Amino acid sequence: MKQKRKPFRVIFFLIILFFIIRIDLPENVPLKFRIGNLKIDSVIRAAEIDFNFFGIRVKKDFKTRLGLDLKGGSHLVYEADTKALPSGDVEDALISSRDIVEKRVNFYGVSEPVVQTVKSGTVSRIVVDLPGVKDVAEALSFIGQTAQLDFKEESVASSEAAIATDTPLILRLTKKTGLTGKHIKKATVQFDQNTSNPTVALVFTEKGGKLFEEITKRNVGKPIGIFLDQLPLSAPTVQQTISGGEAVITGNFTVDEAKKLAISINAGALPVPIILREMKNIGPTLGQKQVQQSVLAGGVGLSAVIIFMIGYYGILGVIASGALLIYGLLSFAIFKTVPVVLTLSGIAGFILSIGMAVDANILIFERIKEEIRRGKKFDSAVRIGFTRALSAIKDANITTLLVSFILFNPLNWSFFPQFGVVRGFALTLGIGVLTSLFTGVVVTKRLIEMFYKDKLKTTI
Amino acid sequence: MINFLKYKWVYGVISICVIIIGLFSVFRYGFSFSIDFIGGSIVEYKFDKKIDEKTVRAFFNKEKIKIFSLIVESDHTYLIKTESVDEKKEGIVRRLLETQQKTHIETLRFETVGPIMGRETQQKTVFASLIAIVGIFLYLTFAFSNFKYGLAAIVAMIHDFLVVLGSYSLLSHFFGAEVDTLFVTAVLTSLSFSVHDTIIVFDKIREYRKRDTITAFSVLANKAFTETIVRSLNNSLTTMLMLVALILLGGASTRFFVSALLIGIITGTYSSPFVATPLLDMLERRKR
Repeated sequence: MKQKRKPFRVIFFLIILFFIIRIDLPENVPLKFRIGNLKIDSVIRAAEIDFNFFGIRVKKDFKTRLGLDLKGGSHLVYEADTKALPSGDVEDALISSRDIVEKRVNFYGVSEPVVQTVKSGTVSRIVVDLPGVKDVAEALSFIGQTAQLDFKEESVASSEAAIATDTPLILRLTKKTGLTGKHIKKATVQFDQNTSNPTVALVFTEKGGKLFEEITKRNVGKPIGIFLDQLPLSAPTVQQTISGGEAVITGNFTVDEAKKLAISINAGALPVPIILREMKNIGPTLGQKQVQQSVLAGGVGLSAVIIFMIGYYGILGVIASGALLIYGLLSFAIFKTVPVVLTLSGIAGFILSIGMAVDANILIFERIKEEIRRGKKFDSAVRIGFTRALSAIKDANITTLLVSFILFNPLNWSFFPQFGVVRGFALTLGIGVLTSLFTGVVVTKRLIEMFYKDKLKTTI
Repeated sequence: MINFLKYKWVYGVISICVIIIGLFSVFRYGFSFSIDFIGGSIVEYKFDKKIDEKTVRAFFNKEKIKIFSLIVESDHTYLIKTESVDEKKEGIVRRLLETQQKTHIETLRFETVGPIMGRETQQKTVFASLIAIVGIFLYLTFAFSNFKYGLAAIVAMIHDFLVVLGSYSLLSHFFGAEVDTLFVTAVLTSLSFSVHDTIIVFDKIREYRKRDTITAFSVLANKAFTETIVRSLNNSLTTMLMLVALILLGGASTRFFVSALLIGIITGTYSSPFVATPLLDMLERRKR
């Protein structure tokens, strides 16, 4: 019976292994070689799933996701100043602030940004991760902007006073018209036809258009001020009533400034001011070097472990090494599937877990040896060794899992650390320990059954 | 069978010596904390030509930015730790350096943490560590349902904690290692490793005890030691191989973290047979 089932197991095992390796393959590696007359020239791409399953679209890609410390980029922590708000509105204000920051970041053209809110006691924060951004100062200058756009007109009193005194124009524009950034549908950068200076063209919403029409109607011949965060942008004098719901801001903009202004207006104003509390900016070269070093260290360490295991346990060591390699491939495939964002500390956690993964094998092997010393046959020694070792393996790994659970803080409790470095480590360590339980026990047992059984009766 | 319990007092002396040296260092030198904990800024500049260290310092001083430390790395690269500055002030210094020294600067890294964030991180880390330790304690009590086993394992864990803390203070003083969130992670991992190892030995003792209630405890302990020591050493050795590879070949920013882990693994392996088991033996004896 058992002999007959064997080929199926082997095939099943190989199919699974094939999928794991397919997921693990690196991305965008050019493949160019020739075998005889066959010329191969293609690029390895990340594995992708994209199909319709009874009308449900299943789409997933398996890419390696690197953290900011490896890819380079900026990590920003803003604190929302919610003091002025009634406590019931804080939550809403925070969420809409996050959305607006996200919009700004997207308009700015950052790929895969992460914007999230983090509450810590009474303090509300917005955390922004911008991979691959080089010029942080520029990114900061518009992320943190409140971007309250205001249209103001002269109050009646001050326009009369203006005749008598010589108050500067800007100071006379004090009366709010009620027209704000909220009433703008779209802002775009355009160029003035006469001067070719960059300008920002506004398209109002329906309500905004009507408001604007009324405002221009009652202010013909008088200036209207356009203010951003209480700072004047421009104060054109109204020539005639403007209906049609469009306007142009001409200031002394550079193209860049005009672009940023358009972005801020499009994204909308922040309901609360936000203050930068923490910033980490890592250049891309530093990360690359670290990745190379870590991969090298991992490779050398792994080889050393394999040499040691084979040297000490002989053929059993070969099997353990096989299980270890499968462990490495499997956990890497899991990292790509979940996906786990790999940080430097995460890689360290993974490398540590490789060392710990061997532990299950060592425990089992020592048990098997012990049983053999007691005079048991190999068959029963393997069986007893596995069962006996299992209780120790289970107990011992629970503490590691416990610690990684607390460090990872999966429920994002605000009284626990919420920082990326520790979480990356805890996540890879946790996944590593769970995977190693599987490969160390199940895979090793299968491997022993598959390759080792006949040979063993002769060697021991 | 190895009668390792015979040399109990030797282990005691070794442990006490290591801990005393460590604690001396903690009280004498203390630790240097990373900006994550106390707030501050780190800038790492790479110049395209050689710039004098004094010149770099002078430019920061001119903007009244206090420099805590300046490390000269290779390739005209400087790692400068200062009080907390914002991106505008950093930009001013960088541009001044570029124009007046006629050089191009690549900012490899710029980090700044406000003092409030630092304090908060400190509190949360301490809290999480305490919870983790309480969790381990509860688990041990549950796993062994015997107060003495739990106590012995906890004492061994505290022993390891003190050893790691003390050694890191020495690393901090002589090599400039910093206490940061990664260090805390290393400590917690070491502690869980220590408990892990102790459980393996105790599990064995417990197994013997179930089958055999007559033989003296120390004999069973010696037997358990003999049977688990190979596994213990092999397990630590494989983990240590990985860590040593990381220290020698891995990046500079995880070097101290991995060193702390390595110390933790070594003391964790040591403490199970040489601290926890003798202690359990003593506790068992007292009963009679």
